[in-house]
Formats: sequence, structure tokens, C-alpha cells
Amino acid sequence: MLTQLRPALVLLTMLTAITGLAYPLAVTGLAGLIFPARAAGSLIARDGHVVGSSLIGQSFAGATYFHGRPSATSAADPADPTKTVPAPYNASNSSGSNLGPTSAALAERVKGDRDALAAENPAQPVPVDLVTASGSGLDPDISPEAALFQVPRVAKARNLLEERLRQLVAAQTEGRTLGLLGEPRVNVLALNLALDGLAPR
Amino acid sequence: MTLNGWMQIALYCAVVLALVKPLGLYMTRVFNGERTPLSPILAPVERAFYRVAGIDARQEQHWLAYVGGVILFHLLGFALLYAILRLQALLPLNPADQAAVAPDLAFNTATSFVTNTNWQSYGGETTLSYLAQMLGLTHQNFLSAATGIAVAVALIRGFARASSGTIGSFWVDVTRATLYLLVPLCIPYALFLVWQGVPQTLGASIDATTLEGAKQTIAIGPVASQVAIKMLGTNGGGFFNANAAHPFENPTALSNFVQMVSIFAIGAALTNVFGRMVGDERQGWAILGAMGFLFLAGVLVTYWAEAQGGSVLNGLGFAGGNFEGKEVRFGIVASALFAVVTTAASCGAVNAMHDSFTALGGMIPLINMQLGEVVIGGVGAGLYGMLVFVIVAIFVAGLMVGRTPEYLGKKIEAREVKMAMLGILCLPLMMLGGTALATVLPAGLAGPANAGPHGFTEILYAYTSAAANNGSAFGGLTANTLFYNSTLGLAMLVGRFFVKIPVLAIAGSLAAKKTLPASAGTFPTHGGLFIGLLVGVILIVGGLTFFPSLALGPVVEHLAGSAGQTFATGG
Repeated sequence: MLTQLRPALVLLTMLTAITGLAYPLAVTGLAGLIFPARAAGSLIARDGHVVGSSLIGQSFAGATYFHGRPSATSAADPADPTKTVPAPYNASNSSGSNLGPTSAALAERVKGDRDALAAENPAQPVPVDLVTASGSGLDPDISPEAALFQVPRVAKARNLLEERLRQLVAAQTEGRTLGLLGEPRVNVLALNLALDGLAPR
Repeated sequence: MTLNGWMQIALYCAVVLALVKPLGLYMTRVFNGERTPLSPILAPVERAFYRVAGIDARQEQHWLAYVGGVILFHLLGFALLYAILRLQALLPLNPADQAAVAPDLAFNTATSFVTNTNWQSYGGETTLSYLAQMLGLTHQNFLSAATGIAVAVALIRGFARASSGTIGSFWVDVTRATLYLLVPLCIPYALFLVWQGVPQTLGASIDATTLEGAKQTIAIGPVASQVAIKMLGTNGGGFFNANAAHPFENPTALSNFVQMVSIFAIGAALTNVFGRMVGDERQGWAILGAMGFLFLAGVLVTYWAEAQGGSVLNGLGFAGGNFEGKEVRFGIVASALFAVVTTAASCGAVNAMHDSFTALGGMIPLINMQLGEVVIGGVGAGLYGMLVFVIVAIFVAGLMVGRTPEYLGKKIEAREVKMAMLGILCLPLMMLGGTALATVLPAGLAGPANAGPHGFTEILYAYTSAAANNGSAFGGLTANTLFYNSTLGLAMLVGRFFVKIPVLAIAGSLAAKKTLPASAGTFPTHGGLFIGLLVGVILIVGGLTFFPSLALGPVVEHLAGSAGQTFATGG
């Protein structure tokens, strides 16, 4: 085994230099040249301020915006750093709820969300993606049904015609890739930016 | 289940199958040391490596020396990674000022990456510096994958050669796997991911002010370069905590599709390398056929279960499937398919939270790992795991007809069968033994986040994933504790080496044997009968070993859920 020490050390060093430094740095350089905006996180700026990333969901709670899905992300409790507190759409600590299919906590949460949504929105039924936490806690999308479900509430809060908002949702709906892959979806941040463009608050 | 869903699955299978032959041909040439289209650029680099390392590329190794190389390489890789994790606070490229990783977590993470498990006790964006992600994790993603491929190629040589004392050179195999296969595939792949939206930057995290005026800190980093190899090398360790469910790791339906293809690409192509090297491509297709059968059966069950929906959601009147823990852009089908793919191969990346899958939908990933991840499997590990089962299947067939078993002209004798059984039995020992221990000790019982049978499944899944070197998790389990970090680390080591070493012993013993010409009495190993026998042996061995544990976890949970029962923690 001792005769193998030299090849082991040399190869580990050289292959590490190639795969751990040269490769990621080369990709960083190339990506920055070819796709600078995407390599930097697909950020969206409005009036010179970064308002978020088009790929990362953010929390919307007010009546005048379309809402995203429940998010199970958390953050350190400011009062006691050993504990965590719920912090929806915390983009520096991605996580799902990890509640199992027979969890009583899941049943309670879904029921609460369903009742709250039903109280806020006259439309029926409540789409399933609006009561289920996403895998990352940062899902930027909702289903087109979930967007249409919220149209009456937003229309009322913004004093806009529902028909106008339905057109907006349709324009913001992205179909399946190549007509086949994935699911139709609406990016909530893009939808809300378009909404602000339509009728500034 | 929808027509569109089945079309996505069919397209996936078609693309993977289309890659088998061309990639198989290329890999065969690489590992036979023949000229490839990349040789003009890479051959001088390769030669320089060997010169500095003092290696003669033509000098091959006895299987024991090959084992020595494997162990030494793992050992040094472990030491390097452990050091980087412990020292990351003092090293550059740490814009978030991450502190040194704790000793037990560093042990667990280093073990996990060296063994190609990539279990995430660490939290990605909350624990690791960019340097630790690149120089630490990315480099082991390459090297642990290259090692797996090398061992598979060595075993193939055992079958292909006659009366030979050597099975190839570990140093040459590992260098070629990295230089000719993994790096050239990863560079365009990583750029494709950036095109889809995966970030690749050394800049610090971004502070945004949301439309509602809140502050959102967005973690970012050199993500694409790591995601490319984590998929292609079936490593699975995420840059972010949420792994491939995170929109920055897997932004679109297309990136998701390509990631699933890349998990299977090398593992599937290795069956073709096997066929080519033993001189009969049909042998490779037969093995791929057995893998394909088990894969499709798994996809069918998981897709069905997830489309049916979970008992809690269905009980409250929601249609549309089990969406808890899933992302809208992937939907039910691409999440279910990903879960089966990632556990069939030993990848362990997840694009949806397996912990929130339905009882039966989550059982299939568990079974895939318990069977030893022989369905395509980890790069290299899947093929050699499957060949171990082939030896057992051939042995069983020999017992039934009363002849000395033979495979590809090699007599399968006591030594091979003993080694094969050692490789097969070490997995249940760690999976079930570890689970048994954790379910009686307070330190183990403190882990599960869910109550009732689901909590038991969380523990079972953890030890299964660790021993099978998968790395996916029922993420609710609090595994970053001294107890879990150390016992799971041990399970990973046993699962890696107590399969690899017996496999190399088999390779050595087979290579030394004469190859007998086929006769009228030879059992043909490229047809449906053989495929059926192989699938049967895998299911019987797996079923007998693991059914009781599955009955206690997912089966009970399914029955309780169907009866409308829920389980509360602390109650």
C-alpha cells in the first residue's frame, strides 16, 4: 500500500485542483460572460431597487396582491437563537414542511388555510396548491386555477374589473414546456408586478 | 394519472434508452485506453498526471492492490474534506462568514460525500462556505463517482478476461473516468443549467425589498457547477437545503427533465459497456431489461399513489393529488418520477419532499434503496450491485437443475457466491440494525418529526438511505445530532466498503478463471427467462428481508390513513 501513497496523493491533489477549483471557476467565468443576468440569480429591479428574483417566491399577504403557496421555511428566533420561528419565503433557509400524509398537524394546517381562503375569496373550490406547502418553501409559481381563484378578491381590493384581471392571468400563464413537460403555472411575482403596472396603488 | 403524465414518462425512458449505446461505446473506448475524440486535448494532460504520480499506465494491478488503491484514495479524500469543513471559517470564499462545521457533522458530511451518499445533515446555504461547496463537496462528487465507475469496470474485466492475474489499474481508471467522462460532460451541462436559471456566482447573498416592503435575503453561489456533477455522478448532495426542489437548483420543467436523464445516463450506459467488454451486447441489454422492469413497476405505484392524493387532503375534500411538499412547475408526475429515479439510482437528490409523499408513494423509494439500488443504480455501484445479484440468480438456477452454475463462460463457485452474499447481507444489517437501535434508544427516538408509523418510517428511511449510499431523506428527521451523525456515518462506510471489497474479490477470482466455451447445456443469459429469474431473485431476497419493516411503517400508515386516522406528536 505504501507504494501507492505517491499516486494517491498526487492524483488526489491534481484531480481536486481540476474538479474543485478549475472546473467551478471556469464555469463561473463562462456563465458570467454568456448569461450574466441568470448567473447572478435572475434578479428583478424596479425603480433601481432589487425587489426579488424571478425564480424565488416571496411572501404576499395583503388583499391587493395575488398570494403564493404556503411556505414552511423558518428562521432563527431573534429572542432565542437556539429556537426557530416560522418565516415564510425565507430565501436563505429553504425547506418543506416534511409533514407526513397522516399528520394531525398537516390536517389542522390545511383545514385552517382552507377556511381562511374560503372566507377571503368567494370562488369555489379552493385549489389544492394554495393549501399545501411547497418542497422548497420558495415556490415562485401557483397553478392558473389558483390565480383565477383569487381574481375576485384582488379585483375588489383594487377596484378593477374581474375580466381585466382574468386577461392578465391568462397573459402571465406559462404552458407546459414543449407542450409536454411540467405543469401550466403562473409566476406570482411577475403577475403582481404586472398588476402594479396596470393600476398603481 | 393523465395521458400527459404517461407521455412525460415515456419520453423520459426513450431519451435514456437512446443514450445507452453512444455513451456505452464512448465509455468502452475510454476504459480500454483506446483513442477517443477528446484524446488530442486530454491525452497530454493524462500523461503529465501519470508522470508526476509515478504511474506506468500499462501496469495493471492484482485485485488486492486495486482494493488498496480504493481504500487509500477514500481515506485521503476523507481527510482533505474533513479538514476543509473544519477550517472553512479561516479559508477564503466565505462571504456569509459561516463558522467551522462541528466535528460530528464534519465527520458525517465527509463520510457521506466520500462514499457517494451525500446525506444532508448539513444545511447547504446555512452551513457551508463557497469554498467548502466547491473544493470540498464538488471535488468529492467527481471522485466518489469516478471511484464507483472504476470498480464497476474492474468487475466487468473480471468477467471479460480469462486466466488473468490483474483487473486493471485503479489510478488509471479513476483518472480516465474523471478527465474523459465526468468533466467534459459537466461543463456544457452546467452552462445549460445556468441558461435555465441556475445561478453561478461567487458573489454574496442578495438583499431584496419585496413588493410588500419586507426584506428578503436570497442565498446564492456557485450552484450550477455543483448541480451538474451531483446529478451526473449520482451524488445528490444539494447546494441548498431543499435540494432540487429549490428553484435555484432546478428552475424549470426542462431543467428537471434533463436532471432526471443525467441521473440515469452513465449507470444505464454501463450495462452497454458490460455487454461490449464481454463481447455480447445482448448480455448488457438483458441486465438493463431487468432493471427497466423493476423501474417501471416502481414508477407505476408511486405515480398512482401520488395522483390519488394523501389521506388528509382527500379527507378534506381536495382533488388534484398529493401536493404537499411538491413544486407547481413539476406537478405530480415529474415529482413522482423524480423520486423513483433518484432512489433507483443512488442519487438522492430530491425535487419534492419524500417525507410528505403518501404512504405507498414513499414506500417505493424506500424499497428501491433496500434492494441495493440495482435499478440502474449509482454510477458504477448499480451495475456491480446488479452483477452480484446475477451471481446469486445463476447459483439458484444451477441448484435447480443440478449443474455447476456458469455465467459468460465463467464457473460460479463457492468463493464468488460467498462474496456475493457478503455484499448482499451487509446492507440489511446496517439498515435494519440501525433502525432497531434508533427505535429503542432515547437519542434515536428524539429524531422523528412525525408521530405514529410515519415516524418509524423516517428512521427506517434514514438508515436505508445511508447504507445504500443514496442520501435522500424523509427530511423531518432531526439527523444533525451526535447519535445520528455517527451511526449514519458508520452505515454509509459499511454500505460502501462491504460491497466494494467483495465485488473486487469476485473480479479478481473471475479474472483468474478460464473461460469455458458455450455448450448445449449452457443457460442462455440474454433472454426473457434469465431476466425473469433475475427479477425474481431480487424481489424474493429483498421481500423476505424487508417486508416486516415495511409492514410496520408504510403499510400500517396506508391502512390507518385509509381509515381516516391521523397522528399527533406529543399526544
